[in-house]
Amino acid sequence: MSRKYDAIVIGAGHNGLTNAAYLAKAGLKVLMVEKNEWIGGATVSLPMYKDWKYSNCSYVCSLLRPEVYRSLNLAKYGLQVVPYGGSVTISQTGDIIGNYVDPDVTRREVARHSPRDADAEVRYGRDIMRQCRFIRKFLLRTAPDPTSFKPRDLFEMLHLYKETMKLGEDVIYDTMRFYTMSISDFLDEYFESPLLKAAHAGSGIIGSALGVMSPGTAYVLLHHAMGDVDGNAGAWGFARGGMGAIAGAMHDCFTDHGGETVAGSPVHRIVVKNGRVTGVALENGDEYLADVVVSNMTFPRTFLECMDEKDLDAAFLKKVRNFKIRGSSGKLNIALDGLPDFPALRGNPELMHADMHLIDSIERLERAYDDWKNGIWSQDPYIDMLIPSLTDPTMTPPGKHFMSVFVQYVPPKVNGQDWTDEQVQAFGQTVINQIDEYAPGFKDLILHAEIRTPRELEDEVGLTEGNIFQGELTMDQLLFNRPIPGYHQYRGPVRGLWMCGSSTHPGGGVMSAPGANAAREILADLRKPNTVPEGWLDD
Amino acid sequence: MAFNRPDSNRRDHFTDAVFPSPFHARQNAHNQMRVWSRWSDYLSVPAYWCAEMEYFAGRNTCGVFDLTPMVKHRISGPDALPYMQRLMTRDVSKIKPGRVGYSVWCDDNGQVIDDGTIFHLEEGVYRICSQEHQIDWFLTNRLGFDVTVTEETHDVASLALQGPTSCAVLKDMGLGGIEQLTPFGMAWFDFEGTRLMVSRNGYTGDLGYELWIDPEHAEALWDRLFDAGEVRGIRAMGSDALDMLRIEAGFILAGQDFLPAMEAVRAGHTRSPFELGLAWLVHFDKGVFNGRAALLEEKEKGSRYRLVKLDIDGNKPARDSFVFTKDEKYAGTVTSAMWSPSAKASIALASLEMPHGEPGEELLVEIYYRRELKWNRVMAPARVVKDVFWDPPRRRQTPPADF
Repeated sequence: MSRKYDAIVIGAGHNGLTNAAYLAKAGLKVLMVEKNEWIGGATVSLPMYKDWKYSNCSYVCSLLRPEVYRSLNLAKYGLQVVPYGGSVTISQTGDIIGNYVDPDVTRREVARHSPRDADAEVRYGRDIMRQCRFIRKFLLRTAPDPTSFKPRDLFEMLHLYKETMKLGEDVIYDTMRFYTMSISDFLDEYFESPLLKAAHAGSGIIGSALGVMSPGTAYVLLHHAMGDVDGNAGAWGFARGGMGAIAGAMHDCFTDHGGETVAGSPVHRIVVKNGRVTGVALENGDEYLADVVVSNMTFPRTFLECMDEKDLDAAFLKKVRNFKIRGSSGKLNIALDGLPDFPALRGNPELMHADMHLIDSIERLERAYDDWKNGIWSQDPYIDMLIPSLTDPTMTPPGKHFMSVFVQYVPPKVNGQDWTDEQVQAFGQTVINQIDEYAPGFKDLILHAEIRTPRELEDEVGLTEGNIFQGELTMDQLLFNRPIPGYHQYRGPVRGLWMCGSSTHPGGGVMSAPGANAAREILADLRKPNTVPEGWLDD
Repeated sequence: MAFNRPDSNRRDHFTDAVFPSPFHARQNAHNQMRVWSRWSDYLSVPAYWCAEMEYFAGRNTCGVFDLTPMVKHRISGPDALPYMQRLMTRDVSKIKPGRVGYSVWCDDNGQVIDDGTIFHLEEGVYRICSQEHQIDWFLTNRLGFDVTVTEETHDVASLALQGPTSCAVLKDMGLGGIEQLTPFGMAWFDFEGTRLMVSRNGYTGDLGYELWIDPEHAEALWDRLFDAGEVRGIRAMGSDALDMLRIEAGFILAGQDFLPAMEAVRAGHTRSPFELGLAWLVHFDKGVFNGRAALLEEKEKGSRYRLVKLDIDGNKPARDSFVFTKDEKYAGTVTSAMWSPSAKASIALASLEMPHGEPGEELLVEIYYRRELKWNRVMAPARVVKDVFWDPPRRRQTPPADF
């Protein structure tokens, strides 16, 4: 095997694979290096119990850019995203608030809790959709540099300005408030039902080390609402066969275009000579050469763990260290001997297929965050769980089930100390006990449970501190501030070094936009024909 | 259960404009939307709950569609095969007993009257399923042949079970050996004192079966199917979902993608098999058949139209659109279009004027779409593609996997 490549991409997560696939499609000779024996990063389905399929980390799909899906021909490579119906929030008293596929059923469900809120949902949906339409235009697009006088940056700033002006005066004011508000304050402007507010608020904190009352969480909600499945805005779906099917299809596309993959050894060093990148050295001693090295690793991992600090400026290093990338989430992946019985959902099979949340109120969500601040996992956690095997027949044998349980909040360290195995088990037990309260007998159905805290997310996947978004999604780290000002156009501080992970614009989620945008920039620099879609035409 | 039959011998038949299918009670129980459409003589369901979810049952688990309203004729007698050979454009002798074949039939001008499925039930006995009523044409074609032609539309209840878990559901239902059934094969099973016929075919381009039974056992069949399918994601599927599935599979629909020749008033509005991309169904070497001379001439001189598959940029369904060349000259019209949730592309079937429609040709599709009451227009670039938009290997695998 030749050791010299046109480009080396580090990290076979979905953004790395997207990036590598576009580069290979443009005719470059591309090598993908991956530390694990398996590919996918956090978009992965590893067998844990028999041959059942899990979605070990990310578990649902909506943000994946349709333009990427189509231009990489992922359907041809076997990817199928199947929408599931709605969501439900279950309170401790056994009441529920369901979000059904049918809008009139949903309206009556909300009206059961508050007739005013049922109407307010229309206004709320409108305002969220206004923000979604605005932000979608900037996802598959490199953020402009507001300090640059290059024609391209001036043009992009003008584009940003024009799109902003198109919103109209009132919406511009709303937008500026929206990006800095807490989800709690935002929801208070629309709704009165505590359960409805709790139902909406979850999206404002998932993956974030912020509380529902922390400024900036309104945007996090938008980040979860701006996707779609087949044009149904805000809808979510399962990748058939588990989330690993997404990485699998991308990798097949990459390989089909001549890409090569070396899996099983982490990067020891990104090699720099005379101020420019020359390749990568793996921990197993192998070295590969390339003038272009693209890191899909987190911003801190790239520069603090895989580069010689002497190759970098001190001020830059300091900013890397200050990058906010705090772990806040955990996950249980559970194999079940049968379908759990939620008394609150009896006779309601549609909502069993849905995204289920266990929470009552904004206040209870904030208490869960208090535990995180105190350095322990939430004793009364917020749980976002699904049973994808009800929708996807490929995951488990008929009648058996896989349950994906996402948990907020889980700190990267416990009381400032590294997680111990006992603590990981105790965290798992907290979650299982919580579910068992809503579904008596749940514990007895468990055949296997994979428990993942930020420790596992960092050690296995490489997500620094276990932050699922490769960095907090707050205004100081969004758009041209992501990951840090001056380095937001995917170029690293060393010539030939690029970043394509979720640490870059437009951030986390199985979206593929960072990987695609980085590929477009790289190809432009290399004066190669562009293979990457840009912008958003599908209004 | 006795049910109202669409019976034209009844003098007061007009008191019922439309009739319940033998599955009506079960459809009614599943029909959460309470919306009914009609399909010929029968009540049909456009969507039981959500067309998209039902569509995904067809691609991800399995969906059940009531096929009973499909027009069915039985052809039997010593001359059944030669009769079929004159009627059909394809060589029917290749469809052996116990096998199913898709076919079209033409008028003397080689224009398609209808398309349908031929079931070779036993030596010399055929069932033809079609969208349109055909008894006059089928009886006309009897001239010179010793055959019996009877319509049996209302005598057979049938369900389509389509989707990746369909084989597993039938196995769980107790149809032993069903997994050995090859595509376009038929098998018979004892079912609660009657005969159940299962054929492996469908209108979705995926793994799927059709189940045929006497109407008295219709409800029992539905119940057994849903009992077995519960843990495999079975869902009642309406006609909206089926229409999505068939467009992805590139299957044409009479009255939508072509005009049945018997109905055409205007010259040039009918289509030959060649013009529908069905040259593979025309076998000149089998002897005389209706339309042979005209089709031979067309083959020599060239066709007027070509039915093509389009892959269209963007996400806006190109329903009823005009198709233009890149320099905006008229090329044809779209006949069926949709956003394909499985191909993740905007797709269409279009009838283009020759010489347009070679695979790879770049065209423009004029799409009108409405956003918040405002109409917009886009000239979307599109490409003619050769392959169908959905063609999973499981469609042909024997035995099929469980999902």
